[in-house]
Amino acid sequence: MAEVATATANVREAITTVGNQDVTKRDFLKLLTGSAVVIGAGSMVWPFIDSMNPARDVLALSSVEADLSPVVEGQGITIVWRGKPIFLRHRTPKEIKEAVDTPLSAMKDPIADAARVKAGHEQWLVVIGICTHLGCVPLGNKPTDPRGEFGGWFCPCHGSQYDTAGRIRLGPAPANLVLPPYAFMNDTKIKIG
Amino acid sequence: MRKLLVTLLASAALAAPALAQEHPEVPSVKWSFNGPFGSYDYASAQRGFQVYKEVCSNCHGMKLLSYRDLTGIGLNAEQVKAIAADVTVPGGTNDAGEPVDRPGTAADRFKAPFPNDKAARAANGGALPPDQSLIIKARENGPNYVHALLNGYVDPPAGTVVPAGQYYNEYFPGHYLAMPQPLHDGQVDYVDGTKATVEQMSKDVVQFLTWASEPNMERRKQLGVKVVLFLALMTGLTYGVKRKVWKDLH
Amino acid sequence: MAGLHKSTYQNPVINWIDTRLPLFTMMQKEYGSFPTPKNFNYFWNFGALATVNLIIMIATGVFLAMNYSANTGLAFDSVERIMRDVNYGWLLRYAHANGASMFFIVVYIHIFRALYYGSYKAPREILFMLGVVIFLLMMATAFMGYVLPWGQMSYWGATVITNLFSAIPLVGDSIVTLLWGGFSVDNPTLNRFFALHYLLPFMIFGVVFLHVVALHITGSNNPLGIDVKSPQDTIPFHPYYTTKDSVGLCVYLLVFALLVFFLPNLLGDPDNYITANPLVTPAHIAPEWYFRPYYAMLRAVEWKLGGVMVMFASILVLFFLPWLDTSPVRSTRFRPMYKPFVALLVVSFFALLYVGGKPPEGAYVVIGRVATAYWFLHFLVVLPILGKIERPLPLPESISNPVLRARPPFSGGGGGPLPQGAAAKPMDRA
Repeated sequence: MAEVATATANVREAITTVGNQDVTKRDFLKLLTGSAVVIGAGSMVWPFIDSMNPARDVLALSSVEADLSPVVEGQGITIVWRGKPIFLRHRTPKEIKEAVDTPLSAMKDPIADAARVKAGHEQWLVVIGICTHLGCVPLGNKPTDPRGEFGGWFCPCHGSQYDTAGRIRLGPAPANLVLPPYAFMNDTKIKIG
Repeated sequence: MRKLLVTLLASAALAAPALAQEHPEVPSVKWSFNGPFGSYDYASAQRGFQVYKEVCSNCHGMKLLSYRDLTGIGLNAEQVKAIAADVTVPGGTNDAGEPVDRPGTAADRFKAPFPNDKAARAANGGALPPDQSLIIKARENGPNYVHALLNGYVDPPAGTVVPAGQYYNEYFPGHYLAMPQPLHDGQVDYVDGTKATVEQMSKDVVQFLTWASEPNMERRKQLGVKVVLFLALMTGLTYGVKRKVWKDLH
Repeated sequence: MAGLHKSTYQNPVINWIDTRLPLFTMMQKEYGSFPTPKNFNYFWNFGALATVNLIIMIATGVFLAMNYSANTGLAFDSVERIMRDVNYGWLLRYAHANGASMFFIVVYIHIFRALYYGSYKAPREILFMLGVVIFLLMMATAFMGYVLPWGQMSYWGATVITNLFSAIPLVGDSIVTLLWGGFSVDNPTLNRFFALHYLLPFMIFGVVFLHVVALHITGSNNPLGIDVKSPQDTIPFHPYYTTKDSVGLCVYLLVFALLVFFLPNLLGDPDNYITANPLVTPAHIAPEWYFRPYYAMLRAVEWKLGGVMVMFASILVLFFLPWLDTSPVRSTRFRPMYKPFVALLVVSFFALLYVGGKPPEGAYVVIGRVATAYWFLHFLVVLPILGKIERPLPLPESISNPVLRARPPFSGGGGGPLPQGAAAKPMDRA
C-alpha cells in the first residue's frame, strides 16, 4: 500500500512539474472539450443516416393481410408484399403427397416439405415469387400457365423448375423459392411481414 | 461603436409602430403545447378528433394524415384499426377494370369527404372548405385564431347587411365567411363524458388540429432541450480552452 | 523524382501521401501556422461561420433531395411527407429552412465587418468582389430554394420576381418566357429551379475557395485597418484562432438550435403552408426577410423598369466600393466623420428590411424612398467625397504597438497618447 502511495505521488509530481504551466488542468479541459466535440459531431451524423432508413409510411405497408378463402384447391393467386410478388398456392392432397414423398437426395437444395409450410395448414404454400437464379417471376400461378415437370412453377427465363413445395428441382437456380415471414391469423387469413 | 449601437436601438424603437389592424386582436389561450417544454394533451386531442370525425370531416378533408398517425395522440393499434375499418376507401379496380371500394386500413390516408374540389364546391355553395392538415400553421397565431374563430360567431353590428350565403364572424378577416357556425352546445357526445360546450369543443379541436399540423412537436422540443443544454456546455468549455490558450499572449 | 515535394512528416503513411499530394503540408501552412493578425475581434469569426453554414446547407439539402419530388403535383406533399414520415425529416427540413436565414444573418454581419473596417480596400479588392459574387449566388440559390415547397408564397414570389424581367425593353417578355419554360410559373419552372438550386451551392463552394485563396495572398485585415509590419503583429492561426473560432461556432450553433428546435416557423410565412394556387393571390406577397430590403427598393420607384434597375444597382454598386471610397484610412475606428454615415447606412438597411414586409402604403412608402435614397447617396456621394475632405484620427504605430487606450506606462506595448507627429499616414502597403 505504501509503495502504491509513493508511486502515485511520484507520478503526480512528474506530471505537474512538466513545463511551467499546470499541465494536468489544461490537458483535462482540452480533453473534456475535445471529447465533447467528438460526441457532438458524432451525434449530428445519426439523423442523416437514419433519414435514409425506411420512413413511417413505407413501414406501414411493410406487412399485408391476405384473405385465403377465395382461393380454391389447385389454384394459386399472386399478391404484392413490399414490392415483391407472393405466390399463395392452395395445394391438392395429391400435390402435398408428392412434395412429402420426394427423397431429399433428389433435391438441389434439400429440405423437407414440413419445413415449407405451417403446421395444421399444409395445404397452403406461401412463397416469394422470384426465381432464385436471376430474379424473373416464374410461371405457374395462373390456370393457363405451364407448371413444369414437378407441378410447381416454371421459370421461362432460363428454364428453372420448382416443385409443389416451391423447391428447385431442375435448372440453373441455386436455391428454393424463398419463404416470406408470415403467420395465420385464423384459418382463412394470413399476415405477411 | 457604442454610438452605432445606440443609433440602431433608437431606430428600432422608432420603426416599431402599432401594427396595421387588418386582423382583429385575437385572445390568447394558455395551450399545453406552448413554450419550450410544451406537450400535447392527448385526452383533449382525442376529444378533438371525435369532434373532427363527427362534425368537421363532413366538409373538411385531412389528406396529409393517415389513420396510423392517430397512435400519436395516445390511441392504440386496435383502436386505430377499428377507426380505419369503419370507413370505406377506393380500393383499386377489380379484374373487369371497374373501381371497387374496400374497408380502410391503418396505412390509409384519412378519407376525403369529396372526390375532388369541384364536388366540394358544389356541395358548399361554391366555397371550398380548406383541408385541415396544416390549418394551424397556415394561419398567423394559428391555435388562438382558430379557437377565436370557432367561438366568434356573434350577431353582426346593427345595420350591417350580411351577404347571402355568408355568415358574420368577429375574427375572420373581412368578417364574412362561407362557413356557418359549425359547433353548437351538446352537439357531440364525448366518449369520456366531458360536457361538450362550444368552448370545450373548440379547445379540443384546436388541440387536435395543432397536433395534426405538427405531430413531431414533442420530439422536436425534447431533442431541442438536450441540444441547447449541450451547446451551452460546449460554449463554456470552448471559452475556457480559448482563455487558457490565449493566456500566454496577454 | 526531382519535382517531388519534400515532406517533413514523420509518420510513413502521411509522408507517402504528402510527398505526392501535399495536403497535409498545405493544411499546416494555410490553417496551422498561417500568420494572422493578433488583434481580431469576434467579427472576424463570421467568414468561418459562413463556411460551416454552407456545409450544413449542402448536407441537409442532399438528404432532403432524397425524398423531395420536383413536380407541381407532388412537391408540397413530398415536403410534408418529409416532415411527418421520414425519420428526422422534420429536423432536416427545419435545419435547411432556418439555415438559410442563419446564412444571411452571418453573411450580412460578415459584409458589415468589411464595410466598417475597410476590408474591401487595396490590396483586397478582388477578395471583396469575389465575396459580392458569392452573395449574388446565395441570393439566387435562396430564391430558387424557396420555390421548391410549392406553397402560396413560393409560387407568387416566383411569379412576381420572374415577371420583373419583362420590364426590360424589347426582349423582356422573351426572357421571361425563357425563364418560365412556359407561359406562367409552372412545372417546367419548378423542375429547372430544382436542378439549379442543387447546382449553385457547389458553385458557391468554388467561389468560396477562390475567396480564401485571395485572402491568403493578401493576408487578413484587422480592426485597426493597418498593415502587419512584423512577425510580432501576428500569431499562428492554430491554436489561437481555431480555439477562438470554436467559441463563436458554439454560440452560432446555439442560436441556430434555438430557432430550429423552438421557433422553427418564426422567420417564415404561414401562407407557405397552403399549396400553391395560381387562381388565388395572397393578400400580401412578401419575400423572405433577407430579401426584403431589396424588395423595398424595388417598390420605392413607381416606374417598373426603374424599380428593377434600382434593385439590382443597390447590390452591384458594391462591386465598385473599393474605388468609390476615396479615404486612405481603412478602419472606421479612425474615421470619426464617417461613423455617423455608417450608422445611417445600417439604419437604412433595417428600415428597408421592415418596410419590405409591409404593404406599400402611406408612411411605409415614404420611409422606403428615403432609405433607398440614402443607400445610393452613401455609396455614390458620401464615400467619394468624404474620403477627400475628412480628417481621420492618427493611426497607431503597429498592431503590437496599438496605443488605443490610456494604459499604465509599464504594461508593455506602450500606453498613453499617440507618438508625436503621427498625423494620418498614407494607406499602409504590405
